[in-house]
Amino acid sequence: MVGLAKRAQPENTVRVSRLRPLLSKTDSHSARHPRLLALIIACAALLLGGCSGETPVEQATRAGILIMGNASEPKGIDPHVVSGVLENNIVSSLFEGLVGGHPSEDGVALPGVAERWEANQDSSVWTFHLRKDAVWSDGHPLTAEDFLFSFERLLTPSLAADYSFMLYYIKGAEAFHTGKSTDFSTVGVTAPDAHTLVVQLNGPLPFLPEITKHYTWFPVPKHAVLRYGEIGEPFTAWTRPENLVCNGPFLLKSWRINDHVEVEKNPTYWDADTVTLNGIRFLPIINSYTEARMFRNGQLHVSYTLAPEMIGLSKKNLPENVRTQLYLGTYFARCNVDSPAFGDPKVRKAFSLAIDQRSIIDNVTLGNQQPASGLVPPFGDYPASTVVNFDPEKARALLAEAGFPNGEGLPDIEFLTTDQDSAKALSEALQAMWRKHLGVTVKIKQMEWTSYLATMFEQEYDLAAGGWIGDYLDPLTFLDMWMKDGGNNRTGWSNEKFETILKRASQTGDATERYQLLKQAEELFLSEQPILPIYWYTRNYLISKDVDGWDPLILDNHPYKFVRLNPSGDDSL
Amino acid sequence: MFRFITNRLLQGLLVLLALYTITFFLVKWMPGDAFTTEKNMSEETKANMRKKFGLDRSIAYQYVIYPTRILTEGSLGISTSKSREVREIIAESFPASLVLGLAAMGIAVGIGVPLGVISAVRRNTWVDYGGMAIAMLGICVPAFIIGPILQITLALQLPLFKVAGWGSPADVILPAFTLGLVSAAYLARLTRGGMLEILSQDFIRTAHAKGVPASKVIIRHTLRGGLLPAVAYVGPAFAALISGSFIVETIFQVPGMGQHFINGIKSRDPFLIQGVVLFFGVLIVVMNLAADIVIGMLNPRVRLGDE
Repeated sequence: MVGLAKRAQPENTVRVSRLRPLLSKTDSHSARHPRLLALIIACAALLLGGCSGETPVEQATRAGILIMGNASEPKGIDPHVVSGVLENNIVSSLFEGLVGGHPSEDGVALPGVAERWEANQDSSVWTFHLRKDAVWSDGHPLTAEDFLFSFERLLTPSLAADYSFMLYYIKGAEAFHTGKSTDFSTVGVTAPDAHTLVVQLNGPLPFLPEITKHYTWFPVPKHAVLRYGEIGEPFTAWTRPENLVCNGPFLLKSWRINDHVEVEKNPTYWDADTVTLNGIRFLPIINSYTEARMFRNGQLHVSYTLAPEMIGLSKKNLPENVRTQLYLGTYFARCNVDSPAFGDPKVRKAFSLAIDQRSIIDNVTLGNQQPASGLVPPFGDYPASTVVNFDPEKARALLAEAGFPNGEGLPDIEFLTTDQDSAKALSEALQAMWRKHLGVTVKIKQMEWTSYLATMFEQEYDLAAGGWIGDYLDPLTFLDMWMKDGGNNRTGWSNEKFETILKRASQTGDATERYQLLKQAEELFLSEQPILPIYWYTRNYLISKDVDGWDPLILDNHPYKFVRLNPSGDDSL
Repeated sequence: MFRFITNRLLQGLLVLLALYTITFFLVKWMPGDAFTTEKNMSEETKANMRKKFGLDRSIAYQYVIYPTRILTEGSLGISTSKSREVREIIAESFPASLVLGLAAMGIAVGIGVPLGVISAVRRNTWVDYGGMAIAMLGICVPAFIIGPILQITLALQLPLFKVAGWGSPADVILPAFTLGLVSAAYLARLTRGGMLEILSQDFIRTAHAKGVPASKVIIRHTLRGGLLPAVAYVGPAFAALISGSFIVETIFQVPGMGQHFINGIKSRDPFLIQGVVLFFGVLIVVMNLAADIVIGMLNPRVRLGDE
């Protein structure tokens, strides 16, 4: 050891002498320090004082660019491949379907690519007349042929589009998608001429225009898609910013992973005169606290969400910027009807009656949600059910009737939920309610998201937290999932009468009768209660006063072409 | 030296193979898969999806084909959650992480090393206690506390800083500080420990006895040996910093690599996970090697390749 250390000494000495000139240089450096300091101060002053004092939002408002929080990095922008809300936000700026949405009224269809449309008497055959001035962003005319191509593409198995079932209303679509037919001419869509599209459905569907608002029904440019690959070929380069050809009010300008997606106004859009925004910037902000702070910092016009814990504070600090609106979704708990405890509808009802929904909303979720008195959230002409309520007396009586007075003799029950903090708080509240009102102690099992989904899909639970967001504005989007083989049923529950009623509803062309039948199906479902409805969703978010034309819509799809930005001098931020 | 580096690189390859094997099977072992989505896909769609991503083949085939493709095509697979080449995703995300990591390392070294040196030299004085208390705080207080505190205290008050975002050079400062603080704290403690060990050695006493000025003793004689533990730490820590941090990136909206680790796992994206883990593995191997070479140069007691 000592020898080694000694060996180090001469080397050190050598290095020292070599260092000397360097050190002296540093000495002269220190003489320049005052100047360096002055430079630093000048830079800092420039950075601090040099700013015009304008926030990014103020600059963006002047430039006509809307900045939106958009939750997370999109999975893509191909309307046939994506399947989520945040992707929809982007896709609906780039593409337009047969009909468009109304800026302030739910369930109203405005002309899109189709100028007008009509149905036969029982609404089972629809004819869409496409506008002749519709063009793709590269100038190529948009014709009925593009729609035929798009439908065929979505239904081609090798594309593996997970929302292809949205086209199953079309005659022969399911058979083609599942490979029972390989001839696309067996699918009920035809184009008698370049500007007419005829869609033949399996049965009457008076709300078809509502369904065509969904991005799965959007056209994709045949010529551009085929330039980069076959019809059913996944992962081709056609959606790259440099390649994308679209038909919506905006064009894709730039896209950087986990940073932003930016779109700019499309001058070739047929209704470009209505569009006043010059662009939209979508920011994938995962952290909702960061998002709220960015809003306060003047970095966002509209936030994607507002964390429950932030709602109270934001209402105090930014009262004019907090928005709460009803959203087409129901939060509930699934009962596994094949589990020992929940085979009896009386037990399920007892558990439902013991949930104090109001208290959960006021103390846990905090987002002004509505107590779910039924399955389908209230909207339009469809009357909401009022059968689910809080009645602990009746709950106890039902449980006793089922043979479990005060919960005695009831098998162990586990409540499966996700690993989010909010899920934990909610399940603890439910646990306390069931203990207090029924005398039952339910165990909580939290699992990471995908594990939770896998466990729930395998039906390995007693009770499981769940929710459903409607895909389109019709009660059916909440009802048909409970059919026997429905991929999202997962409760083990099924009922022949329920399915018969839904079938009858699908065969009637009369809108009033149809709603009555759907209502009947919902009441039947609720009398059996394979799920315990808890609340109807709301959407809470922050919005700048600069934004106009952003009215509450239950599907939360705001047609961007009607959104306007006006400097409001919003000094609350 | 050459033999040393080749040996270490061969060892590195073994490490990467082990890393790949463990990751591959852990991914397969997780409950659910890439196609377990909230709105359940039909079995046909799932089968189509598996086929699309080559996940319908046997496990053995999948295990072999992935590294084969890396070597033959340079492809890290296609992300199931983003439908893009993992290679492209990394290429697009790494620059931000690299910039952030470099700045964080700069902050860590700039704060940690001087703090450690001063603490060691002024051992057992209030300077030492104060410095080490701050270091302890840096180790203990997590980024998800420091980040929001910086956002609220600095970003919301000063026009220079934005709460989050990645556009101007000023945007690097807050996330880099948040990310670098923990490393600064470790470095301070490691430097102090290393310095103290050297300061108690005979040759330092000799230097003092010969009348060498105290500052020279520190700078020329003590630092060289005293920094060794810090250098050993800096190598792998640097690899960790530049490969991104989920927490810092999501707090400050930095478009870096860190999110891919967590999101890959959450969405059971086999190729994204394997790709970023292997990328991180390569960084670790290279940085460790670099650290060893630097230590060899600083410490004459270590002779590379002499064993």
